[in-house]
Amino acid sequence: MTDVTRMTAAQVAGLISKGDASAVEVATAHLDRIAAVDERVHAFLHVDREGALAAARAVDEQRARGEELGPLAGVPVAVKDVIATRGIPTTAASKILEGWKPPYDATIVQRLRAAGTVMLGKTNMDEFAMGSSTEYSAYGPTNNPWDLGRIPGGSGGGSAASLAAYEAPLAIGTDTGGSIRQPGAVTGTVGAKPTYGGTSRYGLIAFSSSLDTPGPCARTVEDAALLHAVIAGHDPRDSTSIPQPVPDVVAAARRGAGGDLTGVKLGLVKEFAGEGAEPGVLAAFHESVEALVKLGAEVVEISCPHFEYALPAYYLIAPSEASSNLARFDGVRYGLRVGDDGNRSLEEVMSLTREAGFGPEVKRRIILGTYALSSGYYDAYYGQAQKVRTLITRDFTSAFERVDVLISPTTPFVAFPFGSRTSDPYQMYLADLYTIPTNLYGGPAISVPCGLSEGLPVGFQVMAPTMADDRMYRVAAALESAVGTLTPPSLEARA
Amino acid sequence: MTTTALPSYEDAIARYEPVIGLETHVELGTNTKMFCACPTEFGAEPNTQVCPVCLGLPGALPVANRAAIEATIRIGLALNCDIAPWCRMARKNYFYPDMPKNFQTSQYDEPLCVDGYVDVLVDGETVRIEIERVHLEEDTGKTLHVGGATGRIHGATESLVDYNRAGIPLVEIVTKPVPGIGARAPEVAKAYVTELRDIIRSLDVSDVRMEQGSMRCDVNTSLNLPGEEWGTRTETKNVNSLRSVERAVRSEIIRQASLLNEGTRIFQETRHFQETTGDTRPGRSKETATDYRYFPEPDLVPIAPDTAWVAELKAGLPEMPSVKRARLAEEWGISTVDMQSVANAGAIELIEQTIAAGATPAGARKWWMGELARRANETGVELAAVGATPAQVAQLQGLVDEGKLNDKLARQVLEAVVAGEGDPAAVIEARGLGVVSDTGALTAAVDEAIAANPDIAAKIRDGKVAAAGALVGAVMKTTRGQADAKTVRELILERLS
Ligand SMILES: [Zn+2]
Repeated sequence: MTDVTRMTAAQVAGLISKGDASAVEVATAHLDRIAAVDERVHAFLHVDREGALAAARAVDEQRARGEELGPLAGVPVAVKDVIATRGIPTTAASKILEGWKPPYDATIVQRLRAAGTVMLGKTNMDEFAMGSSTEYSAYGPTNNPWDLGRIPGGSGGGSAASLAAYEAPLAIGTDTGGSIRQPGAVTGTVGAKPTYGGTSRYGLIAFSSSLDTPGPCARTVEDAALLHAVIAGHDPRDSTSIPQPVPDVVAAARRGAGGDLTGVKLGLVKEFAGEGAEPGVLAAFHESVEALVKLGAEVVEISCPHFEYALPAYYLIAPSEASSNLARFDGVRYGLRVGDDGNRSLEEVMSLTREAGFGPEVKRRIILGTYALSSGYYDAYYGQAQKVRTLITRDFTSAFERVDVLISPTTPFVAFPFGSRTSDPYQMYLADLYTIPTNLYGGPAISVPCGLSEGLPVGFQVMAPTMADDRMYRVAAALESAVGTLTPPSLEARA
Repeated sequence: MTTTALPSYEDAIARYEPVIGLETHVELGTNTKMFCACPTEFGAEPNTQVCPVCLGLPGALPVANRAAIEATIRIGLALNCDIAPWCRMARKNYFYPDMPKNFQTSQYDEPLCVDGYVDVLVDGETVRIEIERVHLEEDTGKTLHVGGATGRIHGATESLVDYNRAGIPLVEIVTKPVPGIGARAPEVAKAYVTELRDIIRSLDVSDVRMEQGSMRCDVNTSLNLPGEEWGTRTETKNVNSLRSVERAVRSEIIRQASLLNEGTRIFQETRHFQETTGDTRPGRSKETATDYRYFPEPDLVPIAPDTAWVAELKAGLPEMPSVKRARLAEEWGISTVDMQSVANAGAIELIEQTIAAGATPAGARKWWMGELARRANETGVELAAVGATPAQVAQLQGLVDEGKLNDKLARQVLEAVVAGEGDPAAVIEARGLGVVSDTGALTAAVDEAIAANPDIAAKIRDGKVAAAGALVGAVMKTTRGQADAKTVRELILERLS
């Protein structure tokens, strides 16, 4: 039998449903792979071997009883550590939540369980999802399977790396400014940010409530769509969840894989296709555009004049919300508590706890956000940023009057070496330059591999109108059919 | 600190003009909390009515309780407010351990209801209190400081937090400043809070019990010299009864007048009312420096009540207490002032129910505003909790009307009813207290009285009928007051004619 860890989720689900492999065999193969390579990759913060095997056994028993299995029954999935998993450590890669075991499951985790997927464990990330490299994880960085000396992107570097390292066929990420798409791009995997409100945030430890969006990560567009279909849909426990049916993303991905884009209009974002990106990234991107044209797509250049203000607006809105969302971590109710010696005041204990529990990037953003919301500064910063957000939304809506989707590179540069951008926060923030506008607008976007630059993966981004997630899957799948998936060099060879 | 004698209230008010303002918090009586499905019952074991949402656990999200929004809109409508067609909740950020998220979900510059008013009656005169805003927010938990002498955080060895109350929907009702009420400021404040309580009670959205904290009041007070700008205001918290509202305003007027008399500036500060001494003490001065960093709550969609719904809620409002009082005063044939005392005694519903149970308005009012009000006052309980029910009072008055009880006996029976001995009829039965008007049974007592008082009997025989009163008294005495005086008198005159 071929190695199941190399298969797509769709193939694995097929094996299990036909009885050609048991869910336990599949889970075991992936757990063994993790045991073999994760010391070098460090995609996981916590591996739940027993939980995974129990879930796999349940699927096998279900099958033995002749019960109908879900589309992803028995397929292993890795979950970003920012999502609450009942009884399983959930730290958001922060010291302040070390050892915390949530008493409840996030809605998307409930849906993953209900679909029969097998959760392998929790993946590494930048602390509280703040970063683009996983270098801000309090538990050490994740290494990019393409080059262990380089970053796997962030914040969801662990989820993306687990796919590229064949430790899991599927993973859950969260995207606030690009945290699913940029890691997807730099690890040669697929990452989709659904429409804001299309996937439930209940149980996702909030970074920036108005931007955070959980979504699927996979090695193929179809697999991402299959996972998307399982986790998406209205959740009454999330007030911002959209009470509408989810577009049929799986059908759209399969249609796109047929390779025909006749009649599809692509808007090439002028501001993101020129200088600012590495030449190799631009070359791969433009070659892919040509490939799409060959599939019948029409390409027009679209100017989105306000996109250049997206980054500064984002760095006011996200930290402002974060400064409030992260206030609850004070050592009173759960997590780390420092300095409670019976002599110190409550305020001192709270201060010491937060001082010791938060890392440098989290502190930087809390301070930024606290400042931006302060009386006297609110209008100039938070208020102004909200106006920019409205203008960016207008750029998107007027663009979608002319084209079906917008396209751009996912990120300006390929995976960079560790430490090369940590000394200057702005250089790190640039990694999300092309992904942030979508978050401010609230629409869906996907990153799909489109080639290599200097031997490292380049991502191609497709952005669609809100609740038209199916469109981006169709275009991404078509591109995938034209350029193929990427296979990283063998980790064994570098052992 | 020098201790100079405080001016009298009369002196203070003769020199300065007060401006007051009130912020009232009302806990809504919804079955579930504001943002989760936890129950809201008062008095449960600590931390048993909690869930990930109201504990603010990482990842949990709020979903607004429609019943709470509806109750707030109804309060706004009852207070003659405009209802915002679109508004948002806001986060009020500050660190405090009884707040699980270290922010309170509240409303800031987009309240649900604005620009209303309430008319209150003080000394027979109507005073209009303008309402600035009515908004919705969540309550905090409760902190208990253990091990210190004062029960306050300083000196405590441990602090325990109960989150049962965290997330209970709370409505805040803020008045505009109320100037021009002079010496009546304390009474106006009390009358306003009373009226507000009655209005909210009539809406059946809260039990509005100040002693349980389901209605809490902060009182703002400032003084200025006539013709000058309004002074700096202080905010008095911890005002937990209607009487305290009045006392807090009065004592703050006296305190501020004393400082102003000495030429000392008033600082904007939060003060705490002391129930035992009746004065106010300074709170934590740093509270005034807090920057709450309000911003729109991103976890909740905006509240956009549609006009048809608001119109429906408006049409469904019950009769307002002031309208009801006017109607009942008319029906009962009493003056506005008398009606006000009935209202102040909390007797309106009790009298209504007594009348519904068959008593006349005068009869019902007599007992509730007389004997029972006196007892409630003496024992310090609310009239409704005095121990007699409207049905029992109606029965008692019915027995009096039928001549089965005289006034004196009726009081005795009521005493027994209040003591828990049962309905009036049962008490009469058990104690043998009924009026004896059976002539056969009374004749012996009459004969006995005539025999014992030959001089008086002689006077009556001589036609001095007025002397019969003395014999009636003697008969009443021997029958322990149970005789029907009218029958006794008739019997005496019959015997001695
Ligand atoms: Zn709750």
